[in-house]
Amino acid sequence: MTHLRSTLVVVGHGMVGHRLVQAAIERGLTETHDIVVIGAERRPAYDRVALTSFFAADSADELSLLPAGAYDDPRVTLVLDAEVTEIDRAGRAVTYVSPAPGNVSEPLANPGRVETIGYDALVLATGAAPFVPPVEGRDKDGCFVYRTIEDLEAIRAASGSATSGIVIGGGLLGLEAANALVQLGLETHVVEMAPRLMPVQLDGSGGATLVRHIEKLGVTVHTGVLTEAITGDAAVAGLRVRPAGTEEGAGTSTVDAGIVVFSAGIRPRDALARECGLDVAERGGVLVDEQCRTSDPHVFAIGECAAPGGRMYGLVAPGYAMAEVVVDALRDGPGTFTGADMSTKLKLLGVDVASFGDAFATTPDSLELVYSDAVAGVYKKLVVAESEDGSFRLLGGILVGDASAYGTLRPLVASGIALPANPEELILPASRGGVELGMPDEAQVCSCNDVTKAQIVHAVAEDGCETVADVKRCTRAGSTCGSCVPLVKNIVEEHFASVGKVVDKGLCEHFRLTRQELFDVVAVHGYRRFDDIVEAHGTGRGCDVCKPAIASILASQFNGHVLDDDTRRLQDTNDAYLANIQRNGTYSVVPRIPGGEITPEKLIVIGEVARDFNLYTKITGGQRIDLFGARMEELPAIWRRLVDAGFESGHAYGKSLRTVKSCVGSTWCRFGVQDSVGLAIALELRYRGLRSPHKLKGGVSGCARECAEARSKDFGIIATEKGWNLYVGGNGGAVPAHARLLAGDLDTHELISYLDRYLMFYIRTADRLQRTAGWIDSLEGGLDRVREVVVEDSLGLGAELEAEMARHVGSYFDEWKATLEDPDKLSRFVSFVNAPDTPDPAISFTEERGQIKPAESEGPVALGATIPVGSPDAVGAGR
Amino acid sequence: MSSEWERVCPVDDLEVERGVTALVHGQAIAIFRTHDDEIHALGNYDPFARASVLARGIVGTRGGVPFVASPMHKHAFDLRTGRCLDDETHSVPVYDVVVEDGMVLVGRRKQAVA
Repeated sequence: MTHLRSTLVVVGHGMVGHRLVQAAIERGLTETHDIVVIGAERRPAYDRVALTSFFAADSADELSLLPAGAYDDPRVTLVLDAEVTEIDRAGRAVTYVSPAPGNVSEPLANPGRVETIGYDALVLATGAAPFVPPVEGRDKDGCFVYRTIEDLEAIRAASGSATSGIVIGGGLLGLEAANALVQLGLETHVVEMAPRLMPVQLDGSGGATLVRHIEKLGVTVHTGVLTEAITGDAAVAGLRVRPAGTEEGAGTSTVDAGIVVFSAGIRPRDALARECGLDVAERGGVLVDEQCRTSDPHVFAIGECAAPGGRMYGLVAPGYAMAEVVVDALRDGPGTFTGADMSTKLKLLGVDVASFGDAFATTPDSLELVYSDAVAGVYKKLVVAESEDGSFRLLGGILVGDASAYGTLRPLVASGIALPANPEELILPASRGGVELGMPDEAQVCSCNDVTKAQIVHAVAEDGCETVADVKRCTRAGSTCGSCVPLVKNIVEEHFASVGKVVDKGLCEHFRLTRQELFDVVAVHGYRRFDDIVEAHGTGRGCDVCKPAIASILASQFNGHVLDDDTRRLQDTNDAYLANIQRNGTYSVVPRIPGGEITPEKLIVIGEVARDFNLYTKITGGQRIDLFGARMEELPAIWRRLVDAGFESGHAYGKSLRTVKSCVGSTWCRFGVQDSVGLAIALELRYRGLRSPHKLKGGVSGCARECAEARSKDFGIIATEKGWNLYVGGNGGAVPAHARLLAGDLDTHELISYLDRYLMFYIRTADRLQRTAGWIDSLEGGLDRVREVVVEDSLGLGAELEAEMARHVGSYFDEWKATLEDPDKLSRFVSFVNAPDTPDPAISFTEERGQIKPAESEGPVALGATIPVGSPDAVGAGR
Repeated sequence: MSSEWERVCPVDDLEVERGVTALVHGQAIAIFRTHDDEIHALGNYDPFARASVLARGIVGTRGGVPFVASPMHKHAFDLRTGRCLDDETHSVPVYDVVVEDGMVLVGRRKQAVA
């Protein structure tokens, strides 16, 4: 070894510090560097942009960017709850104390452990701190800032005894804070000194439109108002305010509230840099060059604590870009940071707001195009400039109430391409805009992750990406704020169209319709037979793709028997015989064991059946028992025994609900807080037999220890002290997905109503063989969209979805019991139509570990005579 | 000739687009009745999965060609020739089949079609 390893120390583990480490790992910097990250908060990096969702999440883990609590790469060490006290630039060493004095109530009693580590390179990613204006009374009990999970926890704790709250600051963060107060059930006021909300991003009309939306939610907005003092004795009683720009004492009024949240901007946390003598910008922030290097070449600064060219960037995307630049610099790469797109798009209190480019038309000779619909609460403005050739170019814009055009418009600013002849089309309702504008390859599509159109096209054309989800994984485009997802989708579709590959969303060659469209067609026309559907909406006689899909749609809507006359020839392999086919053509049998709870008597029955029919037995991952090696003609006799003992079909063979796995819960477990087994049984019995686009699995855990692994299921429920948290979209398999929180602290009634809606919404709209995780990803808006439909009932579909589920629950029957009662259905379970007593000679077994296993076959096995062959050159001889 | 034909079942027992397995001259034969009332007989053995299962597959058309998709790994076989539509190097034998007095009879293994 000629090279010694270097040490990179990162101070700060917020979103940007985390991104730096991720980039360092991904780009191989850890091959040469050991990385030590020192974070001041107790938690690893979390999504501060989504801080308002913390109250909905209930668990801080929901926001975590590093749920495992550590990096996979052993060359990265993460030290949390530690405060850096000194940077020794001459000795290239950092000293920190842990636990951080700010995090313990009596720092003097707990002085912490002091450590010093040397560095070859140091990165400051200390972020920013909320700015609290020097207002009289700002230290009173009930005054808060809005920056960390701890701040939110403190606000929540105080909200119990308050009825109203005030946010000082009507900017982006102030409105986020107001949202938090609304969620806590407080009567909420926003006080802003400027004459409008979001003065940095919005003009007067945009701000007014936003106010109308927000006041509908019960928030009182006070603009053009200066805070004189926080009133009250030890605790906050309210604010004393007066109109901005007037003399003290003139027109003073008061606003009462028990909570005051300061959200009047942020300031770079640059104290460490100042103490060790690094250059700082006039208005704060560590001064850095284009490589994000400070005045000391061994020290870098990134994110909100840094001031490239003297300017601070208070958004996460520029911070991410700086992180990438530093990793590049440490690998002797050419990357530079020369400024960032400060465009913003977000949902504030449920209102879409976007501001991009030269939103205030400060460019000389720029023109404004405005579309305003005060009734609908929509305001859109484009700022354009006329070029020498007479065409128009987009400089910037503002969107309030409907920001759907943002994904198309923002890249047009960056690319500078000519707008179409009628640029107003871009903001008129129902305008589509987009790719027909011929966006150039270098146009940046995803500003959060700096992905260009060319990179997306490359991912599709060269790297085999076929869907938006593939592109997201491959390029990261659309994986942060998601605003560019519609544009990414357009680019993917445009590419396929340009290479002549028809982007056929149809089910197969027989149907141009998607599964969702077929589902609607069946619902509208009430078809119950494949022949009617294919005659009216398809061609040919169907295939192994469309027939099972239609069988599933018919089963979801009408819940008939899958082996009824009209549907049995549509069923896939396993449904056709109500069992799971195995490699030698035999079947496995899985009786339902709801929630994994079973009596000794029933366990004995399963054992006896397995013994009497000589079946291989294995415990499944879903807490039940699988019996293998049954010949098709034996299935009715096996099920006769099981049904007589009170078992029913486990639907292990169907694209349908499989199991709802549970831990033992509060009945036995000393940690359990709710009866997870009871709920799992109730849910499994409720949704049993429900046919869906793919298999469905559930899980219920009785406490946060999560022993049922519920978050690896399509729906997972985890008990809380107050009720249940509902997680959706998890699965194991080749592409594992962790279920995400849909709603928290539900009572059982709410839980079941949300689950009914979620499952029916999935069944109605998912593609064939699409698990819930992929389905959620495919929805525009993703999990938020599911939450809108399921929890907020934004489509007004809630009652209808619940009614559909109620119909399923009411019409459930055990399809194995029904089969045993129907001689016509039973007549199909024979080995040979002309020799029903002769077992298929192709099936034979050997033994392994005391049980049967399939014997390998080398070719067709004959009984006695063989069929005469017409000629030696028979088709079957192969070529 | 007559000894080469084996009676299998009444044609009315064959459901449209759903196969049955018959034992003919000791071999497992898959018999299908298509939507246009043609009857086809193929070897039941799926050469890819090495299992005797073809009669249990879904029947349909691919570009007008009647086929059965093996229930194991969905390989499609032309009902008329036995040729695999997904992999031309594989095929299954096909057999003569007639309906006489309402009974389905299976006869010789067919010759190759050029």
